[in-house]
Amino acid sequence: MSQEVHLRIRRQDAPDSQPYWQDFRVPRKKGMNIISCLQEIARNPVDAAGRKVSPPVWDCSCLEEVCGACTMVINGTPRQSCSTLVDNLPEGTITLEPVAKFPVVRDLVVDRSAMFRALRDVRAWLPIDGTHDLGPGPRRAPGDVDEAYVFSRCMTCGCCMEACPNYDANDYEQFIGPAPLAQAYYFSKHPTGAMNQDERLEAVMGANGITGCGNAQNCVEVCPKEIPLTEAFARLNRQANRKWLADILGR
Amino acid sequence: MTQSAPRFAVVGGGLAGLMTVIKIAERGHPVDVFSVVPVKRSHSVCAQGGINAAVNIKGENDSPEIHFYDTVKGGDFLAHQPLCKGMAYAAPGLVYLLDRMGVPFSRTPEGNLDFRRFGGTLHHRTAFAGASTGQQLLYALDEQVRRYEVEGLVRKHEGFEFLGPVLAGPGGPCVGLVALDLKTMEITAHRFDAVVMATGGPGLVFGRSTNSMINTGSAASSCYQAGVKYANGEFIQIHPTAIPGEDKLRLMSESARGEGGRVWVPRKKGDTRDPREIPEEERWYFLEEKYPRFGNLVPRDIGAREIYDVCVNKGMGIGGQMMVYLDLTHKPREFLDHRLGAILEIYEKFAGDDPRTVPMKIFPAVHYSMGGLWVDYERTADGFIDGDSPKNHMTNIPGLYAAGECEYQYHGANRLGANALLSCIYSGTLAGPAAVNYASGLERLANDLAEGPYERERLRWERRFDEIRRMDGPENAHKLHRELGELMIENMTIVRHNDALRRTDARLQELMERWHRIGAADTAGWTNQELPFINQLWNMLELARVMTLGALARDESRGAHYKPEFPERNDEEWLKTTIAEWTPDGPKLSYEEVDTSLVKPVARKYD
Ligand SMILES: Cc1cc2nc3c(=O)[nH]c(=O)nc-3n(C[C@H](O)[C@H](O)[C@H](O)COP(=O)(O)OP(=O)(O)OC[C@H]3O[C@@H](n4cnc5c(N)ncnc54)[C@H](O)[C@@H]3O)c2cc1C
Ligand code: SF4
Ligand code: SF4
Ligand code: FES
Repeated sequence: MSQEVHLRIRRQDAPDSQPYWQDFRVPRKKGMNIISCLQEIARNPVDAAGRKVSPPVWDCSCLEEVCGACTMVINGTPRQSCSTLVDNLPEGTITLEPVAKFPVVRDLVVDRSAMFRALRDVRAWLPIDGTHDLGPGPRRAPGDVDEAYVFSRCMTCGCCMEACPNYDANDYEQFIGPAPLAQAYYFSKHPTGAMNQDERLEAVMGANGITGCGNAQNCVEVCPKEIPLTEAFARLNRQANRKWLADILGR
Repeated sequence: MTQSAPRFAVVGGGLAGLMTVIKIAERGHPVDVFSVVPVKRSHSVCAQGGINAAVNIKGENDSPEIHFYDTVKGGDFLAHQPLCKGMAYAAPGLVYLLDRMGVPFSRTPEGNLDFRRFGGTLHHRTAFAGASTGQQLLYALDEQVRRYEVEGLVRKHEGFEFLGPVLAGPGGPCVGLVALDLKTMEITAHRFDAVVMATGGPGLVFGRSTNSMINTGSAASSCYQAGVKYANGEFIQIHPTAIPGEDKLRLMSESARGEGGRVWVPRKKGDTRDPREIPEEERWYFLEEKYPRFGNLVPRDIGAREIYDVCVNKGMGIGGQMMVYLDLTHKPREFLDHRLGAILEIYEKFAGDDPRTVPMKIFPAVHYSMGGLWVDYERTADGFIDGDSPKNHMTNIPGLYAAGECEYQYHGANRLGANALLSCIYSGTLAGPAAVNYASGLERLANDLAEGPYERERLRWERRFDEIRRMDGPENAHKLHRELGELMIENMTIVRHNDALRRTDARLQELMERWHRIGAADTAGWTNQELPFINQLWNMLELARVMTLGALARDESRGAHYKPEFPERNDEEWLKTTIAEWTPDGPKLSYEEVDTSLVKPVARKYD
């Protein structure tokens, strides 16, 4: 095994400037992840040809695959750079690119605010009566909670959005994307959320809602949290159809 | 232009910050949130094990009073007791509130909230959502804040770094803040009538810790440098069980032991066998042996010290290293997946072994700061908290508040597991209303003030960043940071010696000198991560001195602070809060009484 890791990073100085590639070599260490490689470059910002360069800019925070910040396209696949271990990648050059469906801010940093906007649009919250003490919430069957919990692990990383052929943050009016739709479904699994699911369905049934999904299934394959997205879409579709029917029957 | 309504800023969107935001917005006031990351990515997502509330679901006669006592005892009697009491009594209501907000808490067969065991208590008191409790709690608060955002009451400034407060004059009041837009690098001053700091812990002062990369403590340090007192800085929690890593020391939550995990080393020194081949009678379950009552669930300071003793003093660590086994392999796979799935996945992903079949290798790591910005409170005659007082969670600078891990209350000399999420949320429920009540009593609002202090502060920070950008020395900021971390880990963690602490402070001053010889590796005017980091590094160095000098002065052992030269707790001389105040010549230390009026300090025993 080579003593060095060879990285090829796609860089871009500003949103409207031309991207370019830069190569780096860092000493290989056991158990190292992509973030440790980038940290090593920051400690010693010279490229593979020995030229002094500005260290690449990237996003990260938790370093344990729970904050969703560090999404990149690594060797062509969108994933978390903190949980991608170098030892688990094939030998040879590792390429790092910013995810393409969101506007690049600089280097590997992208603007994912469209995902948070979508969460507002699908009304991703429970309308509680207030924060004063009203006693326990509704009892919930352990199995129901387990099913819901799976969806609540979504860390807004955007891997699914990157993989979806129908999604593009620049074309928000077309499709709001898989993750926010799954969240709209998540709230229907809570007894309180079920009471006002119709409000969320309004958004889900809007022009950029569930009809934007072509059922290509790419999203599920890349979700680091293994969230059963397409299952959620199938159920959301049923909820939407039911509402549609109820609406035209004038209920 | 005159605007009649007061304006509020909350800096930080973790649990403490978001709870504060909700409390202010719920009272109908607009509030601005500043956060370096989108609030949903705040460090609170990392919390794994759970949140304490004495709901007594298991019929063990648990009660808020016992929770209160456990908290005070766990903190080795250094915490102000009324706040601990207020928190313990509020806890069941807060967990119910989180439940109503939709947190997918794990359930009992009857559909009630389930509770598990955690360290420093004999009761099942910890509510949990699998093993990603912090993530679930933060999302629930984030969702409520989003609702206010859509209503127009909350404005988020995500990707903005707080640089410092704006004070109307020396000593206050605080009338706003200066922030850096991390995308455009623009520095702006903002007017507010009250500012609540909720910027989390300072783990990065130790280089690698269990904390997120944004936990630099830089914002708190900046407040300290602006005149806020910093309290109990020397009290740093070392978590007994973490996984080593190049970039970060990932936590293996106490819930692993709460669910039955056992800590052991081979009885034979230097045993090189696969742990699975070491028979039961050749394993030394040293915590269970020494602490028959609490066993593996002794508080963290004690657990970490015992591991240190076994590995360093006795040389019995795995492979001669500072490392022991944390063993869950006797538990059924299905049980483990259900209760601990998220953390077992972390171990599997980063360490490469399946902890369901192979004992985990773990070691102690820096985890939490009990110390932080000094904040006040108002007690009632019966020892509770007056929830309407504007004093609650106010720093010594009027109008400047602090909540969550960045302040020093609740945990004394050692925090009990699953009490942090609780204290963060509880402190938000106090700080929000306090800020509102303070601002409502103001005669002049920030909007009516002259431009002077705002322009002055903005220019000061602009100059600071210009200077940093022009730094062209030979030192690399990240290398210096690594040196800082190594220095602090070596001398400021489980065992502390006065001569080493003196050397550490001298080295810290050297690092501060070398800081001036940093070369800014990036001078771009757009999304430049180097310049803020160089600024943060300075702030970390300032805090490191506060921690180190506080530890040097405290000649006793209490909670997480342990000096072999002074192995006993010394209430007569040291039952007092350390206060550090910034001066150009370094921190000036003084001390303050602890309110121990509710529970008499006794010897702290867990065996
Ligand atoms: C791995 C791990 C597991 C844990 N598990 C548990 C547990 O099971 N139970 C428990 O009770 N406790 C646990 N803790 C402790 C607990 O998670 C933290 O103490 C708590 O989450 C801190 O919350 P906070 O709101 O104070 O700050 P944080 O969640 O750290 O949030 C800080 C906020 O401040 C912002 N910020 C910081 N600096 C600036 C700045 N300069 N300008 C603008 N914004 C800024 C950040 O963007 C962020 O939004 C754990 C800690 C760790 C490290
Ligand atoms: S299933 Fe739908 S959301 Fe998922 S990738 Fe395909 S089109 Fe996109
Ligand atoms: S659904 Fe999965 S891939 Fe998509 S944002 Fe959430 S965690 Fe990421
Ligand atoms: S840094 Fe949080 S998911 Fe990778």
